[in-house]
Amino acid sequence: MVNCQERLDRTFKALADTTRRAILAQLERTDGVSISELAEPFAIHLPAVMKHLDVLREAGLVTRSKSGRTVTVRLRAQPMREAMDWLQLYERFWSSSLDRLTSYAESKEAETRKKSR
Amino acid sequence: MTSLTLVRRIRARPQIVFDAVTTAEGIAQWWGPDAGPVLAVESDPRVGGRYRVRFLRMLDNTEYESSGEFLEIVRPERVVMSWRWKDGVPDPGESRVEIMLKTIPEGTELTFMHSQLQDEESRRSHEGGWMGALDKLEALYGAADAV
Repeated sequence: MVNCQERLDRTFKALADTTRRAILAQLERTDGVSISELAEPFAIHLPAVMKHLDVLREAGLVTRSKSGRTVTVRLRAQPMREAMDWLQLYERFWSSSLDRLTSYAESKEAETRKKSR
Repeated sequence: MTSLTLVRRIRARPQIVFDAVTTAEGIAQWWGPDAGPVLAVESDPRVGGRYRVRFLRMLDNTEYESSGEFLEIVRPERVVMSWRWKDGVPDPGESRVEIMLKTIPEGTELTFMHSQLQDEESRRSHEGGWMGALDKLEALYGAADAV
């Protein structure tokens, strides 16, 4: 199993490229696009697009499925979610902490009331 | 993001919430981003006193440590402390955490604010080598979430 640090490394490496981000943005607008459609807006050759897709696929950011001669590319949400979780360190941190603080304080309150009865 | 504000309504009196926020015993019960355990806590809740919390983040299985100084303490209404990362995160400088407690009929309304985070944010996006990508990422993430 690939650990989380390695997955994050792959995700951020995959995202650290203008063309790959543009590919993801395109997939976000239209989900399920063929490779030739995907290559169209870019001033690069198909093999170069394929290379970028390989990087994105290794990072788990896209999936590829073949039906007849057409290869369809789709966006995959999970690695992006993990990357965002990592980026939203503070929000996740405090939101989760305050939830636990709330249940802890509420159990303390219940305990105090029981004792004073 | 220059600051983060969160509000919680808690069914417990402000004194209880205040102690949960400031004492080592309390902090050990809730501090941290996920179900990872608090590994060590020190807290000296008076003005000029320091705190230090070491915890394990399950998401990346990494130990983090944050520490700082209590800048203001008014039991049971208000705590202000400085915040600095020690391990796990490249030192982004000091930020400020403020917690305000207000009595409400059902118990306490807690307002939490973490501010002066702007240096951290710009530093981190430079480190990642994908400056300006954060907004795009967020847009992407929002859409990806719905898939």
